[in-house]
Parts: sequence; C-alpha cells; structure tokens
Amino acid sequence: MTAPVVELRRVSRVFPAGDVSVPALVDADLVVEQGDYVAVVGPSGSGKSTMLNILGLLDRPTDGAYLLEGIDTSTLNEGQRAGLRSQRIGFVFQSFHLLSHRTVLENVLLATIYNRMPRSERLPAAEEALRRVGLGHRMEFLPTRLSGGERQRVAIARAIVTRPALLLADEPTGNLDSATGESVLALFDELRNDGLTLVVVTHDDKVSQHAERHVRLRDGRIEQAA
Amino acid sequence: MTEAIITDPPDTRPEVAPARMAVRDLLSEAVAGIFARPGRTVLTVLGTVLGIGALVATLGVAKTAGNQIVGRFDELSATSVVVTNEQGFFGGGGPRARIPPDAEERLMRLNGVNAAGAMGTVDVGGALVRSVPIPDPLAQTEFQMSIYAATPGLLDAVRGTLLTGRWFDGGHSERADRVAILGPGAAQRLNITRVEQQPVIFIGEDPFVVIGIIDSVQRQPGLLSAVIIPEGTARELYDYTSATTVQIDVEVGAASLIAEQAPIALNPNEPGLLRVQKPPEPEDLRREVESDVNALFLVLGGVALLVGAIGIANVTLVSVLERVGEIGLRRALGAARRHIAAQFLVESTAMGMVGGVIGASLGVLVVVAISAARTWTPVLDPWVPLLAPLVGGITGLLAGVYPALRAARLEPVEALRAG
Repeated sequence: MTAPVVELRRVSRVFPAGDVSVPALVDADLVVEQGDYVAVVGPSGSGKSTMLNILGLLDRPTDGAYLLEGIDTSTLNEGQRAGLRSQRIGFVFQSFHLLSHRTVLENVLLATIYNRMPRSERLPAAEEALRRVGLGHRMEFLPTRLSGGERQRVAIARAIVTRPALLLADEPTGNLDSATGESVLALFDELRNDGLTLVVVTHDDKVSQHAERHVRLRDGRIEQAA
Repeated sequence: MTEAIITDPPDTRPEVAPARMAVRDLLSEAVAGIFARPGRTVLTVLGTVLGIGALVATLGVAKTAGNQIVGRFDELSATSVVVTNEQGFFGGGGPRARIPPDAEERLMRLNGVNAAGAMGTVDVGGALVRSVPIPDPLAQTEFQMSIYAATPGLLDAVRGTLLTGRWFDGGHSERADRVAILGPGAAQRLNITRVEQQPVIFIGEDPFVVIGIIDSVQRQPGLLSAVIIPEGTARELYDYTSATTVQIDVEVGAASLIAEQAPIALNPNEPGLLRVQKPPEPEDLRREVESDVNALFLVLGGVALLVGAIGIANVTLVSVLERVGEIGLRRALGAARRHIAAQFLVESTAMGMVGGVIGASLGVLVVVAISAARTWTPVLDPWVPLLAPLVGGITGLLAGVYPALRAARLEPVEALRAG
C-alpha cells in the first residue's frame, strides 16, 4: 500500500513571543489519503493557517513529524524542501498572487521554472492547465484585465501545472463573490474527481460543504476530524 | 513510535532532489523584472550612466589632451638641445671647457642634427652702442647693449627669421669683417629699419656695418635685443675666447641621442665639463599630463559611480520591499533562497551593465565632441570602452548584494501574508 499523501504525527508549532511562547498548533494528528478532499475549518486564530503553512513546507513544526508521501520532511534541508514544494505541492491563495505585469500564460509558466520540468514540456503543460480551468482563450491577457474568478482560475492553473500530489488552498473564495466562488469550488470538485488531493482552509461553510472530510480546529487543537 | 520514525536512517527515504533553476530561466526572469517597471529602471540606470560616462570621458580627454600636448611639444622643444660650458667655480674664471671654433662643423657631422650654432657674450669693456657719430643733446643716442658673437649656423639653429638684410656667413667670420646683425629690439632703439644703405653703428669707437635685422627667433630670445657680430670678428677685436652656448636643432626623436653625442663631439677629452639641456622624454611628459588630469577627474568619476551604485542599491531595495509578495510566491512555487538572491543580483548587475554600455557610449561622444571643438585628434585606449560595461556590471553586482540578501532572508510565510 502506498503511503498517505499527508501524515501529521503529534505536530506542534510554538511561536516565541517575548518571554512567553504562543502555541499555534498543538499535537495535531492528521492523515490525508490520495484523492481526499479535506476542509480545515475553525475561527480565525485557531491555527488553520499555521497548519496550512506546515503542510505546504513553508514552515517547520517545532515538534512532531510531518510525512509527505512517506518522506519525513523534518530531515530535509531548505533546498530539498523547496524542491518538494516545486514538484509535489500546489498553492492557491486568497489574494491570487499573480504577477500583474506578466501574461496569464507567463504566470502559469512561472511554476515550471523552479520545477524540474523539461523546457519542451512547459508550454504544452501550461496551455493544458489553462484549458483545464477554462481559460484557454485568455492566455495572452494580463491578469489586470481579468475578473476575480478568472484570476483565481489562473492561480489554480499555476498550482496544477506541475501535477502536484497535494493542492493547498487558503480561503480560495475569500476575495470572490458567491457566484464566482461557486464556480471556483465547482472546479475544485472536478479536479478532485480527476484524482487530485485537496486541502482547503476556510471559515466559509459553503466552501467546506464541498469537502467530504472536515477538520475543525479550536485554539490550535484538532477538535473534530472526520 | 514517533521517535523511531524520526530517527529512521536517511538512506531508507527516497532521494529528494533539491530545488533547481536553470541559468536561462534566471536570466529571463531578471530581464522580465527589469522591464516590469521601465521608467524606474531608466532612472536607476542613470546614476551608473553618469558615473561610467564621466570615467570614460575623463580617461579619453586626458589621453587626447596628453597626446595633443606631446604633438605641440614635438614641434619646438623636442627638437632642441642646448650645450653650455659652465662657468668656473669662482665665477669669472672663464669657461671651464672651451667650445671649439669649429663647433658647427663637428655637430653637423652627427646624424640627426638639422642645424647648429654657437653663441657667446662678448665683453666689450662697457663700451656703449650708438648709431650716429654725432651726439644729439635732446635724445639718448648711446645704449648699453648685449653683444653676442655667433657662428653662421645660429640663425637656423634658433629657427630665426630676418626682417631684412642677411645673416653673416663663414667668410665674414674668417676675415673678421666688421659687420653686425641687430635684434629687433636693438634695431628699434638704434632707430635703424633698413639696411640697403649700409647703416653703421659704433660699439665704443669701432664701426660696424649693419647687414641684417632679425624678425623673430623661437629659441634664445636674448638675441632679440642684442647686437650680434661674427665670432671671428669678436675674437680679433675683443679677445673673445669661446662660445658659451651651443644651440642645436635636431630631428624629431633624435634629442636624446644628440644630447649624448654633442658634448663628446665638442670636447672629446672631457665631455663631462659641458652641460646639456635636452627636452624631457615625450612619453614621460604625456604620462605626467595624463596623471595630472586623471587624478582629479577620476576621483570625480569615481564619486559619480559611487552615487550611481547607491542609486541602484536604493532602488533595488525599494523594489525588494515592493515585491515581497512576489518573493513569497516564488518561494512557495519552489524557489530556494539562493534563487531569490540570484534573481535580484542579476537584475542589479544587468542594470549596471546597461548603464556601463550607455555611459561608455556617452563618454566616447564627449571625447569626440571636445576634440572636434578644439580640432584635436581624439585618442582613447580601446580597453576603456570595453571595460566600462564590466565596471558597470560590477558596480551593479556590489550594489545588489544587500537588497538581494534582504530578499533571500524573507520568510515565505510572512512574505505571502505581506504581499
């Protein structure tokens, strides 16, 4: 049997704040299998973002172990962690994080230059990813000419162009109205049906309803996992 | 259980390849970064343009001016060698070494000598010079004047020209003819302007026929206010023993050689007794001029370049702060810290190089413009414009170090939140 995509073992993250230390995540255990669609929910300050950052290898746990596809990430150096990010993880942010002076296509291609994707495969992969999110006709546009929903689709295309094992989304509909938000969530559903593993952090019930598994955080502890 | 897994030997893990970025991608990302804000890039590059431009223009103008000075110098000074016999230690003891009467012939035998002539002051015992035998009570008619004895070749050796009449020749000297040439100053004081009617002047009570008046000399300006008589005449009338100065006009480039040979030719027994004045070597002189000009303006150029570097550093730093979000995104996409640092370093280096290229072009134009305005020949070492982009690139590289480190130090989590 293959290893689960994500395995957190008693993961804690403590932030030093002067003399006291603030625990943002305490003894979190979590297993995400291939093809899971997990929503991490909870009030703000509950540790959702901390968990997402740890899952995305942007932050290291102060205690416990994080295994990504069976690889113990705590033994990796920064370069290897960056390498894993580029190949196995895709990010979708609330504020899109598109480069405004680069075309839609160039924004998607950006993810391939840190990936070890051969140069000849990059353009076809980027075009395919954009078609996958329904933006095949917007490739040469600048992001500033796109609507919010379209921008988030570009960001999703950028996240999936490298064929990651895990797609992490941080409040993906937070900057969108409900209709366009719905369309983005519908896209997530499709990607999930294609076999992509999704972890979405949100405080929006409408978002979490799409997920089949819910992890509720309160004060850094996993209150309920289903 | 947990402990066991954490301490698993590393070789059981699959190999995880570290992040990688192709040089080509690095360059294209840097270029894209530069062109993202063209207006700002232009202003950033301006500092380097001015710095490099100032440096190139300085080096070029210094070289051109140095070359120009040497050019002028060649025409007159570099072709002049003067030999003098020093006075005895107890002044008035007469010259230490005699300059022979056939000095001219001896020197003309040397290869590279165009003209040579000897001259010396004649002691006439304080006799005054006058042009008319009858004293005029209303005007001064008698003058104290320098009397020089000269050899026939002296006029050419000092590159002199005659206003009227002629210079004496060897025959005048051999026969001890009583003839005289007047410098223009002397002629004016004696009120003699023409020589067709063979005017006579008196040195003391000795009459001399004036056969020529000098217009100008380029060397030995003392001749201009003097009365000049042939050497043989001076020897016979005034116990003139030896010339004190030998003026030699040499071929361009022969000065050093002739300066060495002339004393030997004139006084083979003890050439060291003669003193030789030769022009400084043209190379030395040019170097001197260049270093004078360079020292001053290179400092200015360096300051301009420093200001340019600070400008690049400043703008790159601002750019880093503005692009925090982009940096966070790139880190999330798999860029390692070194990739971020490299990108900003390449951006600042490229801006420095562009500044160097433009600056070098402007500097060359300035050199050409100055040369054109002064009708000089522009001279520039070829390595100056070639090295300029390199210097600009190094400037940009150094200027980019701090901002690049700042960018690389950013934590991706905070960078994403800030952006």
